[in-house]
Amino acid sequence: MCKGVAITGIGAISAIGNNAQENYDALVSGKIGISTISKINTVHKDDIMVGEIEMTNDQLKEKLGIAKGDAISRTALLAMFAADEAILQAGITDINDYETGLISGTTVGGMDQSEKYYFEYFESEENWGHINGLHAGDSTQKLAAHIGLIESFASTISTACSSAANAIMLGARMIKSGQLDRVIVGGTDSLCKFTINGFKTLMIQSDTYNTPFDDNRKGLNLGEAAAYLVLESDEIIKKNKRTILGYVKGYGNANDAFHQTASSDNGDGAVLAMEKAFKVSGLKPSDIDYVNAHGTATPNNDLSEGRALLRTFGDKVPEFSSTKAFTGHTLAVAGGLEAVYSVLALQNNIIYPNLNFKTPMKEFSLLPQTTVKKKELRNVLSNSFGFGGNCSTLIFSKEA
Amino acid sequence: MKPVYIHSVGSVSAQKTFENEEFLNEIREYNDTTVKVIDPNYKDFIPPAAARRMARGIKMSAVSSKNALTEAGLENVDAIIVGTGLGCIGDSERFVSDIIKNDEQFLTPTRFIQSSHNTVAGQIALGLGCKGHNFTFVHSAISFESSLIDAKMMLENDEAITVLVGGVDELVDHHVETHRLIGHIKKEPLASQDLLKSKTEGMVMGEGSHFFVLSNEKTPSSYSELLAVRTFNTISKDRLNQKINRFLESQQVSIEDIDLIILGNNGDINFDDYYKQLTTGIFANTAQAYYKHLSGDFDTASGFAFWLANKILKTQHIPDVVKLNAIESSSLKTILIYNQYRGENHSLTLIRKC
Repeated sequence: MCKGVAITGIGAISAIGNNAQENYDALVSGKIGISTISKINTVHKDDIMVGEIEMTNDQLKEKLGIAKGDAISRTALLAMFAADEAILQAGITDINDYETGLISGTTVGGMDQSEKYYFEYFESEENWGHINGLHAGDSTQKLAAHIGLIESFASTISTACSSAANAIMLGARMIKSGQLDRVIVGGTDSLCKFTINGFKTLMIQSDTYNTPFDDNRKGLNLGEAAAYLVLESDEIIKKNKRTILGYVKGYGNANDAFHQTASSDNGDGAVLAMEKAFKVSGLKPSDIDYVNAHGTATPNNDLSEGRALLRTFGDKVPEFSSTKAFTGHTLAVAGGLEAVYSVLALQNNIIYPNLNFKTPMKEFSLLPQTTVKKKELRNVLSNSFGFGGNCSTLIFSKEA
Repeated sequence: MKPVYIHSVGSVSAQKTFENEEFLNEIREYNDTTVKVIDPNYKDFIPPAAARRMARGIKMSAVSSKNALTEAGLENVDAIIVGTGLGCIGDSERFVSDIIKNDEQFLTPTRFIQSSHNTVAGQIALGLGCKGHNFTFVHSAISFESSLIDAKMMLENDEAITVLVGGVDELVDHHVETHRLIGHIKKEPLASQDLLKSKTEGMVMGEGSHFFVLSNEKTPSSYSELLAVRTFNTISKDRLNQKINRFLESQQVSIEDIDLIILGNNGDINFDDYYKQLTTGIFANTAQAYYKHLSGDFDTASGFAFWLANKILKTQHIPDVVKLNAIESSSLKTILIYNQYRGENHSLTLIRKC
């Protein structure tokens, strides 16, 4: 059995709050972040609903102390906002005092700006600063500069909707193997026409509030968010008397190898990812007290994931819920945002409600937890699945 | 910790590298600001119906990954890890352009699906039926090295026995035109052999796909042992020597032990100083090589360097076309690869004959 990796800081910004505490308060008070879109002028604005962050780019820049004219994508701004919170909470005064890494997940990178100026670049040089922002890694590179990280491992993972989960996994592995003493892990994605239209072509976007695990689910709501965690080695914890918020106890990544965008009917990849996470953590399915499901509310995901839960937990599926009815599907960030939620669940011994659930799915008798529930939690399992068959599971625990 | 070996290589590049029996036997010279890969006969690797809508990055990788697997004698692997700066950027650009031109109407999903950066890793997994660990790194010039780091960690800790690791990037018009606007790509054509004589800013941009099978089990045909890989988001010129020395010290290797250093010079007058500092400084007495006059520069061009280093160790021969100086090493055992792009995203990779 392997020892977990300590989490010493968390930060999040999403449609339901500008920091981790606001997110938590919204989750337990039933305040959802899904609305019609206001910041992007898309022709689809009347047929989709999204989880949009209230602050504008200018407001984000002002809070971050960045000049209005600086060419920085919304994706990078959100990342800076959430990472600052996590680093502050951990109590880090000098980011370079230990071997520190940064691993960020993103799917769109600077696409929110690139799509605005795509043809305009050839007319005027006004927005040329955004040209290089199209590189997904550019958002991470800017985040590294913002937090003052130098001469370090800074990298970006893009495995669609499991990106941040995989960033957390890699970070934990790098600390365990002694390559890093500290690592900032998570993800960031902003809403843009690119993903709105992409998911539109796949016909898996709901025109109303998403309803995870409901038989009449119509698809997902896209969301935007950034979420980061600080993971630190035992040595740092000892020397600096850190407050430990929880541990990354288990992790597993597997490929469904079934279809480029759809999950297999039986959730093979998901089952494998969960099995690997159990193996790494030394825990058994019966040790899991709450599952924060991927639960995107697409017909395909929820059926596949539900079956995977049944295959993994048998007739003893623990309380489970998807928080995507609150935030929308935040793509690359989902696993990071839900990691923050899992840590907060452990700290508060709270299970979040799966909102908008009315009718059980006809394929099985699984019922998500639909109300806020107080329960002593030791271990929380969080799933994230993405295009390319990518399946990831993380287990967060109170004890190392 | 287990040692990590390179079992096989596969390359599709601007040179004829897709046949593993050859090693830069004939050189294709260019006089341009961009260079495309020499296309292998894709029909030998991909059913024509599937190839029609397939992104170039997937096609190139179908060939290079297949070549690596075949050479390693493997039908499948335990994990697939891919680095790519931009993924299948051709499809992303078409999708954006269609969104704008058609006012968000009449779009089809294929372009969007292939825009997902992990398309290549996902497609390979799908083709092989590989259900193992599947990661994609997208971080500019260290995308490929990030993949190496992940693979090495898996193999050292016995989380896998064989890992398919690769780097791929496509050359695409809009990307080239916009990056030329901001001076990242040269404005005037440059002959391959004049790359280092260039007095202009920007690179000659290329494309390519390089795949390797790594394993923690040595075989008689293994190319090399992967000793160490490190990346740095920043290094200032005055800290470069110190960083390299410390990297080598951590492997108990001295500068004198390096039989060849392979450098990522791309002919950009603003940033090739990093390499010059080494070739005229701490590595002045070391055999030196470069390669971007053959491959062009792109986010995963260092995959070509890794291919080159492994071929050199296997054949015990340094092709004249890559030599930067006349120093002949008495042996060819240890190779250091150093790369950076525009002064950022530096990487050091150390391999040794095994």
